Amino acid sequence: MSSPEFSDGEAPAEKVTEVTGTGIPVRGNDIDTDQIIPARFMKVVTFDGLGQFSFFDQRFDDEDNEKDHPFNEEKYKGANVLVVNANFGCGSSREHAPQALMRWGIDAVVGESFAEIFAGNCLALGVPTVTADQADIEALQDYVEANPDAEIDIDVAEETVTYGDTVIDAEVHDAQRKALVEGVWDTTALMGANAGAVRETARSLPYVPDEDIPGDDA
Amino acid sequence: MSEGTLYDKVWDRHKVTRLPTGQDQLFVGLHLVHEVTSPQAFGMLKERGQEVAFPERTHATVDHIVPTGNRDRPYRDEAAESMMAELESNVRGSGIDFSDPDSGDQGIVHVIGPEQGLTQPGMTIVCGDSHTSTHGAFGALAFGIGTSQIRDVLATGCVAMEKQKVRKIEVTGELGEGVTAKDIILTIIGKLGTDGGVGYVYEYAGEAIEDLGMEGRMSICNMSIEGGARAGYVNPDETTYEWLKETDAFADSPDEFERLKPYWESIRTDDDAEYDDVVTIDGSAIEPTVTWGTTPGQTAGITEPIPDPDDLPEEDRDTARRAQKHMRVEPGDTMEGYDIDVAFLGSCTNARLKDLREAAAFVEGREVDDDVRAMVVPGSQRVRDAAEAEGLDEVFTEAGFDWREPGCSMCLGMNDDQLEGDEASASSSNRNFVGRQGSKDGRTVLMSPIMVAAAAVTGEVTDVREMEEVATV
Repeated sequence: MSSPEFSDGEAPAEKVTEVTGTGIPVRGNDIDTDQIIPARFMKVVTFDGLGQFSFFDQRFDDEDNEKDHPFNEEKYKGANVLVVNANFGCGSSREHAPQALMRWGIDAVVGESFAEIFAGNCLALGVPTVTADQADIEALQDYVEANPDAEIDIDVAEETVTYGDTVIDAEVHDAQRKALVEGVWDTTALMGANAGAVRETARSLPYVPDEDIPGDDA
Repeated sequence: MSEGTLYDKVWDRHKVTRLPTGQDQLFVGLHLVHEVTSPQAFGMLKERGQEVAFPERTHATVDHIVPTGNRDRPYRDEAAESMMAELESNVRGSGIDFSDPDSGDQGIVHVIGPEQGLTQPGMTIVCGDSHTSTHGAFGALAFGIGTSQIRDVLATGCVAMEKQKVRKIEVTGELGEGVTAKDIILTIIGKLGTDGGVGYVYEYAGEAIEDLGMEGRMSICNMSIEGGARAGYVNPDETTYEWLKETDAFADSPDEFERLKPYWESIRTDDDAEYDDVVTIDGSAIEPTVTWGTTPGQTAGITEPIPDPDDLPEEDRDTARRAQKHMRVEPGDTMEGYDIDVAFLGSCTNARLKDLREAAAFVEGREVDDDVRAMVVPGSQRVRDAAEAEGLDEVFTEAGFDWREPGCSMCLGMNDDQLEGDEASASSSNRNFVGRQGSKDGRTVLMSPIMVAAAAVTGEVTDVREMEEVATV
């Protein structure tokens, strides 16, 4: 399945056990969120329409002519599995980055490693961030380049990435895997159910005055 | 796993419950809000028909898009105006305190929290901004969150988190002349890498850290995220308490200060605490340090050669080659003498009063190079006012700096303050990513405020220690 479609505000926590589709490789370590979406595109009050700005400055020159970038290549149109290298998504905490990728059509990201805030933001959108060894990732990137129409299957529960005759032994972080597989990644609802315990914790903290704690369930 | 560290203690005090995902639900003691990452979160909240659960534990300001020149409303930039209007409507409708530009308290979110005493030891502090790690300087557990998590915090007063490992970074010895907190953190990131801290929280300790004032500790904690660590902290001590006493929170309530102090003492790391990792760095060996590349981990001491990519670990070579091409630097050279077009003194890393004082002391009696446009963007209106009361604005403007209104400004180029074309900047900010300062061909060299001041004067990256010798001759 692909990650569910939803607009800002409704986040139906669906089970994300598997992502299947074609791949798109973006190579390089330390690709920061300023590269994924430059700050000037964040002067917005919704996430709508951000997809078109994914990797914008890597894709277009000053005259808006297309540059060489996988996101510009016809052969990757419709791809939904992004394959990246190490420390992807470092830098700014902007959720605009995974929002842009998701709205471009990405349903899962496979890479050598991810920056923490980025991975957390992806989880909040139901987009798995799956890791594997450098050699496996590079082989997958080579494969996707040679076989842009070939199917890649990510099994979140079993932690595998399958393409052609190859099965990669991948890793999905424990809490992320549990959240996606069991469909409990809408943490607002999850935590909202514990309002009583939250008030108790707040009351136990010497720096929180009683008047700051709402009396009853809002 | 770590035991007995400040991180363990603050985590335990704020843990509400273990969630079915295996994450912990943590109560958030202070939620800071700004205009760029919050509107969608307020939107999601409204669509769910929910209200802000803990408005009294929430505080807003405007910093990313706010103009640093003409601030008459409506802002000339329509997008900026609409973001500001959205923020005003969201926070006013929710009963959230707002340090807006009319209050005299506006500023960069990581400057105003500490200066108003909102930031206190032993708190959990979150904000939709990766540099929230700054507040760890006070012994708080502070980290950046995404917009969906902002929705969580607005709706429930909590975040869902997994506990991380703790790495103690001990910086021993005394810093040399002309060496600052910024040089310490650039050195740390250079040594441990931009992803060295992934999965860790950094505890900064040792003589060189303890000797720093709060401003320096904030500069260090601020850039924890550039080393991959989502949070970094320094244990609270007398330096911390002296700062807190002067803030709005305690200036008129010494009793409240005394009431809370035992809590602050109680969350300090125990002497026999256990860490997951310990790294020791000789502070006395640190030089004024600058970046030569396009990540904050690509650093060198000012007299050190820029590395040959072939000599780096294999995984760093490709990034280094691309960075050196972008920056137009050669392996073997030092960064000293690298021509700059812009000097930017500002950002949540280095725009506090002490930073401005140190830079001004250097600039006084000198002039900005003819080919350099230099600007000072104070971190907050209070910093601006205090600096003006001391005449620092005149020192800067007489030297040829532009003295501007507070905001994030050229750190990330979301307002008019941007690099143009392939301009090179000497910048006291935190990120030298390609395109970060508003131009995709722009080149950023990160350094301390006094190094920015020196570069502004000479028009090139300069070893401030040599300039100071000249000054005393």
